Amino acid sequence: MEDSRSPSGQDMTREPNSALRAVDVLFEASTAVWRRPVRTLLTALGTIVGVAAFVMTTGLAATASAQVSSSFDALEATEVRVQDVQPDGSHLFPADVDVRLSALNGVVAAGVIYELRHDEDLAARGSPSLNGGVAAQIPILAASPGALDASRVTVGSGVLYGSFHADRAELVAVLGRVAADDLGIHDVSAQPAVFIGSRAFTVVGIIDNAVRNPGLLLSVVIPSSTERKYFGSGGIEAEVVIDTEPGAASLIGRQAALALRPDDPERLRVLVPPDPASLRNAVESEVTALYYALAGLSLAIGTIAIANSTLLNTIERRSEIGLRRALGAKRSHIVRQVVVEASITGAFAGVVGAALAVTGIGIISSLREWTATIEPLLVAAAPILGLATGALAGVVPAARASRTPPAVTLRS
Amino acid sequence: MNPPHAVVEVEGLRKDYTGEPPIRALREVSFTIVSNDFVAVTGPSGSGKTTLLALLGLLDEPTAGEYRLDGQDVSGLNDRRRAAIRAHKVGFVFQAFHLIDYRTVLENVQLGLMYQGVRRPQRISRSLEVIDHVGLRHRAQAPCSTLSGGERQRVAIARVLVREPSLILCDEPTGNLDSSNTDQVLMLLDQLHSDGMTIVLITHDPAVAHRANRRFEMTDGRLSEPVRAGHD
Ligand SMILES: Nc1ncnc2c1ncn2[C@@H]1O[C@H](COP(=O)(O)OP(=O)(O)OP(=O)(O)O)[C@@H](O)[C@H]1O
Ligand SMILES: [Mg+2]
Repeated sequence: MEDSRSPSGQDMTREPNSALRAVDVLFEASTAVWRRPVRTLLTALGTIVGVAAFVMTTGLAATASAQVSSSFDALEATEVRVQDVQPDGSHLFPADVDVRLSALNGVVAAGVIYELRHDEDLAARGSPSLNGGVAAQIPILAASPGALDASRVTVGSGVLYGSFHADRAELVAVLGRVAADDLGIHDVSAQPAVFIGSRAFTVVGIIDNAVRNPGLLLSVVIPSSTERKYFGSGGIEAEVVIDTEPGAASLIGRQAALALRPDDPERLRVLVPPDPASLRNAVESEVTALYYALAGLSLAIGTIAIANSTLLNTIERRSEIGLRRALGAKRSHIVRQVVVEASITGAFAGVVGAALAVTGIGIISSLREWTATIEPLLVAAAPILGLATGALAGVVPAARASRTPPAVTLRS
Repeated sequence: MNPPHAVVEVEGLRKDYTGEPPIRALREVSFTIVSNDFVAVTGPSGSGKTTLLALLGLLDEPTAGEYRLDGQDVSGLNDRRRAAIRAHKVGFVFQAFHLIDYRTVLENVQLGLMYQGVRRPQRISRSLEVIDHVGLRHRAQAPCSTLSGGERQRVAIARVLVREPSLILCDEPTGNLDSSNTDQVLMLLDQLHSDGMTIVLITHDPAVAHRANRRFEMTDGRLSEPVRAGHD
């Protein structure tokens, strides 16, 4: 102070500067925002709606497409079956179906399954000690170990036979739950036997459930290699069952016939599920394109809204801005303050908008009995989105405000 | 006290407002104001008083003429440098007060220091001092929207005081006040004058003009100084 009042001349070579500290910009801007909550809310309203609509539409898009994909049966989507086009009783499939198909990328389990031809001699009978040797009308199935796995079999008691048994064509069998009841067998620990023809098969396990082949529950099931060795019937309705990785079904469907019968792939009919990926994508891209267009639109409207009200705001505060200029604010100081105010307002709108959107998605999802799928990143990004919107929207009003002539303070 | 030095040196200052028709608001005005002068500017409405004040406060640019403020040539500076000089050298008291209504008394006074780049703690302590000086200590945290007209003008004067300017410019500071508030504000200005400040004050009120030690008379954009009173 002593300096600036001292007689003219010497100390005036020091160029005075107009300076505004960053912390002061922040404080001035945030005070302008929070001291007038009603005005801020009105300024933010358009952006609140915009961000809410943005988060809500993208959130709903995610929720809706999650519904679409879950409506595709996962079981069905990973199942491939190969059947005979012209059954003639001969052995259609090679003995090593399991091995050939397992070599394909995307196969979880695969195997052949068929029913033995009905024949009085081959009726299955229980052990005389268990059920008086009464013959029952029980179907007999031959299945390679891979076919049991691919049928998604669950074991109630004992174990399934595996390749160890199958490779040796051993005389083993597993019983379906219903067949086991008919035969009076409930426990395999005593190694009960069933008779097919004159041969005794050791029962190693009882199947509790077989989601892909419920027929297994009614049957006596023996390894296909054992069937070939002792009966060689060729079987009827032979079918290869393949369990694939999710999304691999159509690929496997294209490769299976050639892998099984390189000599005559035409003879085989391959059944693949509708490709869930392409179906979902079709639905999704339509739905999400619409949603994202709406979201973008609402954000654009939000930007325009905040720009508009910030502009009105600065016009209304013309005398305050003129005062700041009269007190020594440079144009850039005014620009900074208005942009920061708009950014703070935008960030606030982002928080409120995201909160509204999450609530909205929750309500809609519960009405539709959907599972709400909200990307947490999107919700976290909402305030930043709002801030960017505000900053962008603040530029034009800020530039205008900064051109306020300081002389307005003397004319109002 | 320091020997008087020239605070304002004006030579051939002119201001035309472009438009149809163009208005010659100020025609070839020349004068000098030394430190601790208290100048009252009077004259009919539209004679160019406010125009002169805007030029002296670097709120507007002259069409022609020379202006030295505190010995520094300030004609023809760009916007940034004029803002800087306003920030450090000039204090304004407006007829319309120009306080920020939603901010407190303390914050409004602090604003006088903000663009000088003074840090907040110093701003607060210096502001509280001058608020005390204008008798508003008890209202320091009150929002300005709750103040009376007289209190508002005292806040505005505190905002000038805290800046420690070389030149104080007042455009009808009592124009919106009743007589008791007018007296209070004039007493404060008198006090500033006796503390050594240099003041230019526009007024229509002869009683107010009477307090000054110099009197400029404006007519139709020209300035005359009828009676040159001596320094007190
Ligand atoms: N921005 C402007 N554009 C055009 N003309 C203007 C502008 N400002 C002032 N004038 C004109 O310049 C002349 C001087 O105006 P000024 O405000 O300086 O007068 P004044 O002496 O302060 O009057 P009052 O006592 O009514 O305040 C007037 O004719 C006015 O209309
Ligand atoms: Mg005037």
